[in-house]
Amino acid sequence: MQKWLLAPLLLLQLLAGCGKPSSSYLPKKQELRLNLKSEPPTLDPRKATDTTSVSVLNLCFEGLTRMNPENEPTLAAAQSFTLSEDQACYTFTLRDSLWSDGHPVTAYDFEKTLKTMLNPLFPCEFAADLYIIKHAKPAKLGKCGLDQVGVIALDEKTLQIQLEHPVPYFLSCLASHAFFPTPSHVVEKNPQWLDQEYVSNGPFYLKERQYHLSMLLKKNPYYWDKEQVRLETVHLALIQDELTELSMFENAELDWAGYPLSNLPTEALPSLLQEGILNQYEIAGTYSYVFNTTQFPFNNAQIRRALSLAINREEIVNNITMMNQKPAMNLVPPMLWAQTPACFKDHDLMEAKRCFAKGLEELGIKQEEFPAVTLSYNTLVGHHKIAQAIQQQWNLALGIQVKLVNKEWKVFLDELQHGQFQVARLGGIASIEDPTTFLDEYRYLSNGKNCSKWSHPRFTALLEESDLTADATKRLALLREAESILIQEMPVAPIYFYTGVYIKQPYVKGVHISKLNQMDLKWAYVETDE
Amino acid sequence: MSNYLVKKGLILLSSLFLVTVLTFFLMHAIPGDPFIQDKAIPEEILQALHKHYGLDQPLYVQFFKYLDGVLHFELGPSFKYEGRTVNEIISTGFPVSFYLGMEALVIAVFGGICLGSIAAMNHRRLPDYIMMVIAVLGISVPSFILATFLQYLLAMKLSLLPVARWGSFSQTIMPALSLAALPLAFIARLTRSNMIEVLQQDYIQTAKSKGLNGIKVLLRHVLRNALLPVVTYLGPLTAAVMTGSFAIEKIFGIPGLGQWFVMSITNRDYTVIMGVTIFYSALLLLCVFIVDLLYCFIDPRIKQDYDKK
Amino acid sequence: MTKNNFLFEPIEKEQAQNQEETSYSSVTYWQDVWHKLKQNKLALICLIILSILFAMAIIGPFISGYTYYQTQLSLKNTPPNATFWFGTDELGRDLFTRCWWGARISFFVGIAASTIDLIIGVLFGAIAALAGGKTEEWMMRFADILYAIPYLLVVILLMVVIGSGIFTIILALTITGWINMARIVRSQVLQIKQQDFITAATALGASKKRILLQHLIPNAMGAILVTLTLTIPSAIFAEAFLSFLGLGVQAPIASLGTMANDGLAALRYYPWRLFFPAVLISLTMLSFNALGDGLRDVLDPRLKT
Repeated sequence: MQKWLLAPLLLLQLLAGCGKPSSSYLPKKQELRLNLKSEPPTLDPRKATDTTSVSVLNLCFEGLTRMNPENEPTLAAAQSFTLSEDQACYTFTLRDSLWSDGHPVTAYDFEKTLKTMLNPLFPCEFAADLYIIKHAKPAKLGKCGLDQVGVIALDEKTLQIQLEHPVPYFLSCLASHAFFPTPSHVVEKNPQWLDQEYVSNGPFYLKERQYHLSMLLKKNPYYWDKEQVRLETVHLALIQDELTELSMFENAELDWAGYPLSNLPTEALPSLLQEGILNQYEIAGTYSYVFNTTQFPFNNAQIRRALSLAINREEIVNNITMMNQKPAMNLVPPMLWAQTPACFKDHDLMEAKRCFAKGLEELGIKQEEFPAVTLSYNTLVGHHKIAQAIQQQWNLALGIQVKLVNKEWKVFLDELQHGQFQVARLGGIASIEDPTTFLDEYRYLSNGKNCSKWSHPRFTALLEESDLTADATKRLALLREAESILIQEMPVAPIYFYTGVYIKQPYVKGVHISKLNQMDLKWAYVETDE
Repeated sequence: MSNYLVKKGLILLSSLFLVTVLTFFLMHAIPGDPFIQDKAIPEEILQALHKHYGLDQPLYVQFFKYLDGVLHFELGPSFKYEGRTVNEIISTGFPVSFYLGMEALVIAVFGGICLGSIAAMNHRRLPDYIMMVIAVLGISVPSFILATFLQYLLAMKLSLLPVARWGSFSQTIMPALSLAALPLAFIARLTRSNMIEVLQQDYIQTAKSKGLNGIKVLLRHVLRNALLPVVTYLGPLTAAVMTGSFAIEKIFGIPGLGQWFVMSITNRDYTVIMGVTIFYSALLLLCVFIVDLLYCFIDPRIKQDYDKK
Repeated sequence: MTKNNFLFEPIEKEQAQNQEETSYSSVTYWQDVWHKLKQNKLALICLIILSILFAMAIIGPFISGYTYYQTQLSLKNTPPNATFWFGTDELGRDLFTRCWWGARISFFVGIAASTIDLIIGVLFGAIAALAGGKTEEWMMRFADILYAIPYLLVVILLMVVIGSGIFTIILALTITGWINMARIVRSQVLQIKQQDFITAATALGASKKRILLQHLIPNAMGAILVTLTLTIPSAIFAEAFLSFLGLGVQAPIASLGTMANDGLAALRYYPWRLFFPAVLISLTMLSFNALGDGLRDVLDPRLKT
């Protein structure tokens, strides 16, 4: 009985040690192994809306500009530009750059791509991002022809873009995937180009793709700035489970785990922090709870203020999310503009109670008559925990009952759109680096995303005025005033500003993550054995 | 017999059709739209998308168009995954799930029958009790908890197996074990339960007294009579494991078909929902049918009943 | 041999009285069952364990002095100690109290759903097998079609139409939960109904109902009990899955299954959060199983040697 146990035990002992490299391990090649978390729904820059697809697109394509490590837009596919007097017309001169199949990148590529996206028959979901271009919206709605759209390729190397009004952050916009070119010489000939001839103009190109298993990207030999690109290979795994990803990282099968491509399990954060290997960075995004201002009692601003002030954000950020987020007492994250003093104090119980009493008075009801609040959120562990904490907080501070309702994702979205909620969790990361990305939601009642159905004439007027203001400082001042009106009325209660957390192997360097939580590997490299 | 088969075939097809109809209308009855995401889409773009995919037409028109496609074996494009068709999704995902499922099934069936037999033959003695504890744990611990635990123990702590992903045989071991645990336990208990009854029957005592040793008695007489419920259970089980388990595939990063069952519904990817449902139902109905046929082989007494009709 | 050899002869009165005294007192069927069950030591122990678990589910939440919803974020994830006997969860709530609250939900839902599944499944399967022919065909087809429809779709529909709550969860669990039992019972009955004693009973004029309830179902007892012991934990974890989707009890109440789900992510760092709910479930199931086995040994007519 004992003898035959000995052999397997010995084997176990032997194997127990291997598989994990020591901390001084250095790889031999310029290869980076990442996890993309889920299969990108599409790799067509003209159709992609979700972050997974956009992550891959950012590696393969490049627009007229690119955000550099200092978060400023620098010229990329364009080598120079001129700006008209009214600051609404840009004329770009393109660099001599090539597609990954050796063909030159032309201004026609840009023009055709933009016009395709604005074609009413083309299923581009984010076309609204392009509406800053002159006549883009009417073209998409079929009210005018595409030839009227303010994008013209004057010749092979010159592209002119006419905007509806001056947009000071337009150069940053051009760095986003909405303005990426597609290789018209391939797309026009081959409708299956995405599967068969995936040609791109960025630092990397897609060499191999095994659906739901992995993707392999290689350095693009035709990239105009290829001397700066040091990585030869990027390997993307597609593991959905966060714990598995962390385990693979610890087993040295991955070089990076966590944001921006994926996530780290919350339970692991304290121990990773203790080990000192956890990296954190700020993201321009806000997590908030939105009130349905058409429903009693949330039609009253004082009640909304009371609920918002009663939240103990510090407690949530320290104990539940644990990613060192900043409590949010404004809607727009401080990253998007210089320091703004907070509009109110966190967990201001005295003020909360005062507002609550005032609200009750305005509504003409007594404390006991205050109805139970329904708090809706979609099924995700993090939302669940935060909601439970806030349920407690509101109960302790204001004595109100809170009912938690978690819904399946699409049902949740559907109910949000149709106003079938009282308080709901909302959150998002900025799509462009400008405060309007947060404020625009509430500009008009007709805006589909304005689920709180709140509007304010002065707020709308300020935003419209800011559109026409060319002077950057004046414009920001207008936006700040708009934000303070919003916070005063509180149709939405901001809770915290996003941060990202990740862990990486010590030999990985030069990876840059933008304020919008996008990963840039152009300058990334790996410390190798030589 | 061939008459019987043709009749049965028609019945299967009509059942499949009913499932298709019910699923189609159920799918459209729940709220949610394939294209609405976190970011708002302006109304006109949403309408254009619906038009592009034919979702603006009345339901019965959509249904007949879909049915027409199915009859030509074309299950449509995925709404969420650009450029991928449902046919592709099934043809790439199914072999993976099938392989894993078969591995798990083999472990479950052989392991379960052996364990159950040993327990039955040692009824009320120590091996029986040990086996019962193992079986109950197998039934009370869900597969994904077992999977995480195995991953932690075998891959992280002992480094015996790779953590996840798919490609080599060693990457199939942990997922197969996790999938097999529940069926193994249940098969073991079913086998044991029926075997205990059979072992006490007179004809077994007769065989033993005639001098046949244990294993022969077991194989020739006991198993055949005891396995009917196991075979019944195996019918739907085979269809289920062949089409994959969402939880296991997610934990181990396996590109199988199982994840699509949940993902397609979460995404409201209508064509994929219909496609995988039809595929699974066809498999299920087939497996149940085969099980019914097997009854006649396993227990001659049941055959009499069919013959009588 | 004549007729006279077989005549009854009256006995003396004293003889009759003596005879009566020597026979034992009559017992009912269930008294007999209980008596025999008591002799199975393991089953008895498990019965006691189950009683303790049930009792704890009722009084447990009040013992420790903490409530199941009180969050103390600064005390989150503390290991078991003198104040928190099972430790705390990620929001600083006492796990001991939460476990017993969760046990209430899990036990109730598990047993209710399983009982309904049992009754429907057994009757459906037995009647189908007994009826045979077209009736059986249609009944099994109905079961197959119901089984094939994507369960998640049905669940979402229920969630939208009825809303969440205990009743909805039990409904969701019992819509398809009986099918497995029905199939297995049908297969057993197909086997049993061929046997001679059924032919005999029919010949004696027993009604179909009597044959069903007195002969067929008791003889399928083994398989029924085993399947029941699978149905209960399935129901418990299915409930956890449904609650996760938003169909069941809403936070801060959580069932044992939900707690086990939540504790899974913390397995490496705070193992007690998975350990206690999982142990409670497993212990309950073990006891049910042993009890079920003991019951089967007593009730199963096939085992009466």
